[in-house]
Amino acid sequence: MDIVIDNLTKVYGNQKAVDSLCFTVKTGEILGFLGPNGAGKSTTMKAISCYLSPTLGDVKVGGISVTENPDEVKKHIGYLPENNPLYMDMPIIDFLKFSAELQGVFKEKTEQRVKEMIQVCGLKNEKYKKISELSKGYRQRVGLAQTMIHDPEVLILDEPTTGLDPNQIVEIRELIKKIGKEKTVILSSHILAEVEATCDRILIINKGKIVANGTAEQLRKKAEGNEILHVQIPEGDHNTIFRELQNIPTISMVDYLKDGNNRFEIQSKEGESSSKGVFDLCVKNGWYLSELTPVETKLEDVFRKVTME
Amino acid sequence: MKKIWIITKHELQTTFDSLIAYIMIISFLGFSGFFTWFFGGDIFYVNQASLSTFFNVAYWTLFFFIPALTMKLIAEEKKAGTMEMLLTKPITERQIIWGKFLAILLLIIIALTLTLPYYITVWSLGPIDHGAVWSGYLGLILMSAAYISIGIFTSCLTNNQIVAFLLALLIGIFFHVIFSMLSSNVTGSISSVFNYLSLSTHFESISRGVIDSKDIIYFLSVIFLGLTGSEAILMKRK
Repeated sequence: MDIVIDNLTKVYGNQKAVDSLCFTVKTGEILGFLGPNGAGKSTTMKAISCYLSPTLGDVKVGGISVTENPDEVKKHIGYLPENNPLYMDMPIIDFLKFSAELQGVFKEKTEQRVKEMIQVCGLKNEKYKKISELSKGYRQRVGLAQTMIHDPEVLILDEPTTGLDPNQIVEIRELIKKIGKEKTVILSSHILAEVEATCDRILIINKGKIVANGTAEQLRKKAEGNEILHVQIPEGDHNTIFRELQNIPTISMVDYLKDGNNRFEIQSKEGESSSKGVFDLCVKNGWYLSELTPVETKLEDVFRKVTME
Repeated sequence: MKKIWIITKHELQTTFDSLIAYIMIISFLGFSGFFTWFFGGDIFYVNQASLSTFFNVAYWTLFFFIPALTMKLIAEEKKAGTMEMLLTKPITERQIIWGKFLAILLLIIIALTLTLPYYITVWSLGPIDHGAVWSGYLGLILMSAAYISIGIFTSCLTNNQIVAFLLALLIGIFFHVIFSMLSSNVTGSISSVFNYLSLSTHFESISRGVIDSKDIIYFLSVIFLGLTGSEAILMKRK
C-alpha cells in the first residue's frame, strides 16, 4: 500500500507545524523520517494515522483519503505513538487481545495472532505480567506487538527504539527490516545510525518542510564536496613528503593532521580522485604507506547542514 | 455497536480489576442501607410499606458516587496518551464515549440490582405499590445516566481527574438542587423554565409512579447533550 502525502499542512494557532509537505512512500519501502525536535515529524505521522486531520492537503493510504474515510484507513495502519502509551494495569496478553478486538481481527484468529506477536516480539516469559511491571524495553516490545497485531500493510513508528538496550535495538531493527519487505514503513528516529541501518530512504524535514530526500548514499554525495583522504607515510621527512604531495596534480590542498606521525589530510580538486597519485608517489620513492582512507561525510554532518539553515 | 461493546467490556473489566467497582458497590450498599434502615427518618418511621426513603437516600448517594466513577474515564486516557492509541484504531470518538457511558451505567445497574432485597423485605412487611417501586428504580437509572453523561463531559474537558470530579459535582448540583430552588424563588415563565431544568422535579415525578414522556424526554436530552458535547470536545484536538 502506497502512502501519498499531498500538500499536507497543519496549523496550530498561527504556527505552521507542517508546511505543504509532499512525498510518497511505496510498498516494501522503509522510510526514515528525520528532523530536529519540533520539525513536524510526529504531526505528520499523526496525520497519516488519522489522529489529527490536516488543515490543508490530504494523505492517501492505498488510495483511501484520511479526511474522507479515516475508519477504513485506520484498518490498514499500525501506529506506534511517540511515548508508547499502554494500559499499565492490564496483563500483556489481555492488552493484546483487546487491541486485536479493536482492530477487528476475527475471533478465531485472535488467539493465534496474539501468540504470534508474543513470539515475534520475544514476550513469551512475560505474557501474564502486568504492563506496569515491565521494563521500558519490554514495554516497547508490547507497543510494537499491539501495533502489528492485525498484520497491517502500513506501519507508522514514532521513535520505535527509544529506551532499548543495544541488543534489543538490533533485534527491533532486524524485525522492522524483516516486516518492511512486504509492508510500507515510516519510522522516525533521532539516532541517525539507526535510520541508516534500517531505512531504504531518508527524509529530513525542518520547520515543516522537506530539506533532504534520498538514500543515505545520495544524501552524503550531495553534502560532500571534493574527495578528502587521510594519508599516513610514517617514514621519511615530513616536509619532503608534504612538498611531494602538493605536487600531485589532482590534489588541491594538503594539511598536516595534528596527531603527528606524518599524517596528512589531502583534498582533491573537484571531480578528481587522488588515491592513485598518492600510491604512485609512494611506490616511486619507496615509501611505506600505512594509511589511505577516504573521509566520508557522516550523516550527522548532512543532518546538521540541512537543518541548521 | 460491536465496537461500543468492546470498550464497555474493557472499561468494566478495568473497574472491577482495580477494585473501584467493588469499593463503589459496597459503599453504596453501606451508605444507602444505613440511612434507609437505621438512621434518621428511616423506613420504619413512615409507617407504610414504601421504598421512597431508599430512593431519596440513593438519589443523594449516587449524586456523589457517579462523578467519582466518571472522573477518570477520559481524563486519565488523555493524560496517559492511551487516547491517541485508541483513536488511531478503527473506532470513533462516539463509540469510545458511548462504550464508557454504558460501562458505568451497567455498574450502577448492578449496584441497584443488589438493593432488590430491600424491596423483597419491605414487600414482606406489608402491601407495597409495585408500580412505584419499579418506576423509582427507573428514575434512579435515568438520573444516573444523566449524571454519567455530565461526568464524562467534564472528564473530556481536562486531563486532571480531580478537576473533572469537582466540575461534575458543580454542574450536577445545579440540576440536583439549585434549579429547583431558583424556580421556587422566582415567578412566571422563568420559574417554569427552572422547574423544567431541575432534575429533581423530573426524578420526583417518575419515582411517584407517573411515567410521563415529558420526563423521559428530559433525561434523554441531558444524556444526549452530555455525550454529544463530550464527542465534540474529543474531536476538537483534530
